[in-house]
Amino acid sequence: MSQVSLQNITKQFKSVTALSDVTFDIHDGEFFVLLGPTGAGKTTTLRIIAGLTKQEEGSVTFDGEAIDLLPPADRDVAFVFQQYSLYPTMTVYDNLAFPLRSPMRKVPEPEIKTRVTDIAAVLRITHLLDRKTAKLSGGEMQRVSIGRAIVRSPRMYLMDEPLSNLDAKLRESLRVELAHLQKTQRSTTLFVTHDQIEALTMADRIGVLDRGKLIQVGTPEDIYDRPATVFVAQLVGSPKINLLRVSCAGEELSLDDSAYRVPMEGVCAATEAGADGLPPAFILGVRPEDVQLSAGGTFIGTIVLVEPLGVETLLHIRLDGQVVICTVPGIAKARLGDVVHFDVNKDRLHLFHPVTGARLNA
Amino acid sequence: MAIAPARAESFAATGPAEPVVESVRVDQIMPQAKATKKARMILAVITAIVMLIPVYWMATTAIKPRPDAVSAPPKIFFTPSLDGFIGLFFDRSQIAPGELEKYKERTDLSFVEQQALIRGMKILGPSKYVGRLVNSVIISFTSTALAVFLGLLAAYAFSRYEIPGENDWLFFILSTRMLPPVVVTIPIFLWYRALGLYDTHFGMILLYTAFNLSFAVWLLKGFIDEIPKEYEEAALVDGYSRMQAFRKIVLPQCVTGIAATAVFSLIFSWNEYAFALMLTGDKARTAPPSIPSMLGVGGIEWGSIAAGSLLFLIPVVIVTFALRNYLLRGVTFGAIRQ
Amino acid sequence: MATIELKQVAKMFGTTYAVKPMDLTIQDGEFVVLLGPSGCGKTTTLRMISGLEAVTEGNVYLDGEDVTWRPASARDVAFVFQFFALYPRMTVYQNIAFPLESTHESKEVIDRRVNEVVDMLRIRPLLKLKPGALSGGDKQRVALARSLVRRPACFLMDEPLGALDAEFREAMRAEIKRLHNEQHATTVYVTHDQIEAMAMGDRIVVMSNAVVQQIGTPAEVYYDPQNLFVANFIGSPGMQLMEGDYSAGNAHMPGGNVYKVPQAWRAALDREIGQGKVVIGFRPEAAEISADGPFTGMVFGIDLHGAYVVLHVKLVSDQIVQVRAPRDHTYGLDASACFDLNHDMVRFFNPTTQQAIFPEASA
Repeated sequence: MSQVSLQNITKQFKSVTALSDVTFDIHDGEFFVLLGPTGAGKTTTLRIIAGLTKQEEGSVTFDGEAIDLLPPADRDVAFVFQQYSLYPTMTVYDNLAFPLRSPMRKVPEPEIKTRVTDIAAVLRITHLLDRKTAKLSGGEMQRVSIGRAIVRSPRMYLMDEPLSNLDAKLRESLRVELAHLQKTQRSTTLFVTHDQIEALTMADRIGVLDRGKLIQVGTPEDIYDRPATVFVAQLVGSPKINLLRVSCAGEELSLDDSAYRVPMEGVCAATEAGADGLPPAFILGVRPEDVQLSAGGTFIGTIVLVEPLGVETLLHIRLDGQVVICTVPGIAKARLGDVVHFDVNKDRLHLFHPVTGARLNA
Repeated sequence: MAIAPARAESFAATGPAEPVVESVRVDQIMPQAKATKKARMILAVITAIVMLIPVYWMATTAIKPRPDAVSAPPKIFFTPSLDGFIGLFFDRSQIAPGELEKYKERTDLSFVEQQALIRGMKILGPSKYVGRLVNSVIISFTSTALAVFLGLLAAYAFSRYEIPGENDWLFFILSTRMLPPVVVTIPIFLWYRALGLYDTHFGMILLYTAFNLSFAVWLLKGFIDEIPKEYEEAALVDGYSRMQAFRKIVLPQCVTGIAATAVFSLIFSWNEYAFALMLTGDKARTAPPSIPSMLGVGGIEWGSIAAGSLLFLIPVVIVTFALRNYLLRGVTFGAIRQ
Repeated sequence: MATIELKQVAKMFGTTYAVKPMDLTIQDGEFVVLLGPSGCGKTTTLRMISGLEAVTEGNVYLDGEDVTWRPASARDVAFVFQFFALYPRMTVYQNIAFPLESTHESKEVIDRRVNEVVDMLRIRPLLKLKPGALSGGDKQRVALARSLVRRPACFLMDEPLGALDAEFREAMRAEIKRLHNEQHATTVYVTHDQIEAMAMGDRIVVMSNAVVQQIGTPAEVYYDPQNLFVANFIGSPGMQLMEGDYSAGNAHMPGGNVYKVPQAWRAALDREIGQGKVVIGFRPEAAEISADGPFTGMVFGIDLHGAYVVLHVKLVSDQIVQVRAPRDHTYGLDASACFDLNHDMVRFFNPTTQQAIFPEASA
């Protein structure tokens, strides 16, 4: 396994910038997740590392050695595609054996047989070996795809949303298996996804991409607890973070269209002191689990929508002109129109700049 | 590596099913559906019969005795005869009235000569039909193979690489099919005579290949476009070169397209008439222009023409029949993914 | 506004049942969700209510009136499709006004009614655009507006959010529910997404294999599933199920763990199972990590879910169950873990009949 490093990668497609000046390292044995919405440049990054797409600028190094001029076949990486990567004219066995039979490796057939059989046992697809891949279910196909990647020991794994075409229950079980496999093998993996749950649950570190720019790199806890921008805050967490319009009033934030105030030391004073054209208005982010119902709560609102999801219930609470979503455990017996008191967890507030979206509080 | 265990959900089945209860209203709806189905079948059979009448006509004419073949009204019942086929494979001449008696007494006559004698004719020697059929086979099969092979390479390039002016090129390629062949036969004739390609196999193969190529590129590009490029990319990452990926991954997946293209190309070059008539004389002449020119003594030999056409049909029918499954998918390509 | 009633309604395609005979009564103003995996018969049921599909057996009543053999156009229902089905050559305004053109209403009336729904759905800025210029969420809003403008007696929605991106879906889900809260139009909503069903439905009809498995409120199908299918299908993840051997108040798990069945369930289990296999079901949030818990396993995976973590615990039987745990704690991969179950939230099933076992009414 290798330590992989991307330096100042830039890629243009005609007039569109797919990636601009992207730099990050993936440590040896690390599970690195690139998270971002469609069109953020995640797949392009993978393809540049694999050599399937050429970058205009920047360099990719494996263990300090630049690989930019090597064709895909010589880079020794394994790629798991979102779909369409099993050869429909071959059996599962031949698909798994395919990378080993390449002219680069020419592994002898008896050894191929041992390795394919071992991998099939790990992924519980032994009973499928003689089947044509077109006859497999979605979950089986993706197991075989993963098998084809791990059957050889590449320098790194590149995975392009391998779970996104599976139904929810299957996706979850394969996700846990994949994470366990990676953790036990300590294989260097770059995993691309738009699903924040996959990113939070699997990653050692997450890189958040938006429109070709790397916004934040950090552990799942960093990303969730201290999002660097409003965009990151909205990307992770389900239900989504509440974003409230606020403005500064001394050491407090005052909620727009409302008389409520939230204490926020330091930030307001600092930004007001800095004062080079900064507007007095801000965006306050509050995660739904940090809104806590309590009989003596400071805030008083009316329930406008109840969504019982099972494990928790989402209460949409109207607070004067704005709506706050709050999660309560289990299926709550709340009714439309109920008046509720609540507090917000003051240690877990996120304050963002209304124009740049950058985080303002520590 | 640990073996991944089974999930908790695995023994929750899809839920209890209730016993099937006999339905009451089905019979009310079914007769209507059955009637429509029957009407459709009848229509299909009628259409098929109408389409097959010319073939039937040709087949019966080929085995009719000469007088029956031209009789009006046409004869439905007749004694089959080999007249047509003998006329097709042999050159014959009328026996002079004076010699007829003497000829009839000869005992060394072969079966074919005896058959000719019934019509008062003798055999001069084998006709040129077999040679022309062989020419047809050589020219059309070779040109088809070439067109498919070259077309596949071009189509792959058009499908997978960014080619400057791609659409203009594709239009240009197709434009060669926009003129009716008759219009270009004279210039091509002049060229071919100057280049020494007139009446050569090579000349005809070249011409048909060029003609089929445009069609082959378009058709095959459609098929290759439908094969997701991830397959090849997976192979590239797995340690294969572009050509190896093409051979191992793309080729097996576009067999359907190749077969469909081959059949269409073959049918075109096999049936081609105008070029063959103008650009060949004797050596490289194919079957289509030679069949209608079978003039016998005392008029057109309809029996021989029918027999020639019938034999001419056979190779294409065999190929088409062998590839019929691919062909059906080929015609509907784009609509159905393989 | 209307009530909908299905009496022994069934549908056959050829010789197989797409929907086996089912009864369902939907109250005026109720939001009922038909939920199930693809091919379970939920869409067929919806289409039979709408009249787009003829029933094979049984009767459909709208507002007490038998409409079984009435065509869709004469039923006063609005159908919202998964794929928007907007007319691409018309503007948003024309699309919304289209259902009214056939009613020969005056221009002013049409204009007033279009404006009403436009405000309701907050799509005024879009009126002059063509559907091609709209995002998925906006297209579905326009489609909703087009069905609202007719003021139908009831709404039938066939996975209206199925074609939307995940980010729009959460917002549109709340918006449709809000609309329903304002309008109180009887709504039948088809989906395969149990979260949508839970969040939106007054009642949920869970279907599988052409058969209705359970009809109940979100709380009923979540806490008290009738059978193993519903237990597994509802919830994300579904109910965690472990098989053990029951005898005399104890469930013996593979590997030697013994779970003492809560007192309230013993009588029912003694009667239903006696001595034999039993399936124990629990939700991840019903489990509590505790050193002396009766279930032991190894930590196979750890998921951070923002506010909490979920441990995937591999039991001796090689089976993995999910257990919710607080975030302020570190758990080692492949370390051993013990957990107990909340007595109020544990459920039992008979593996042979697949049916849930319920304690005596007195308990």
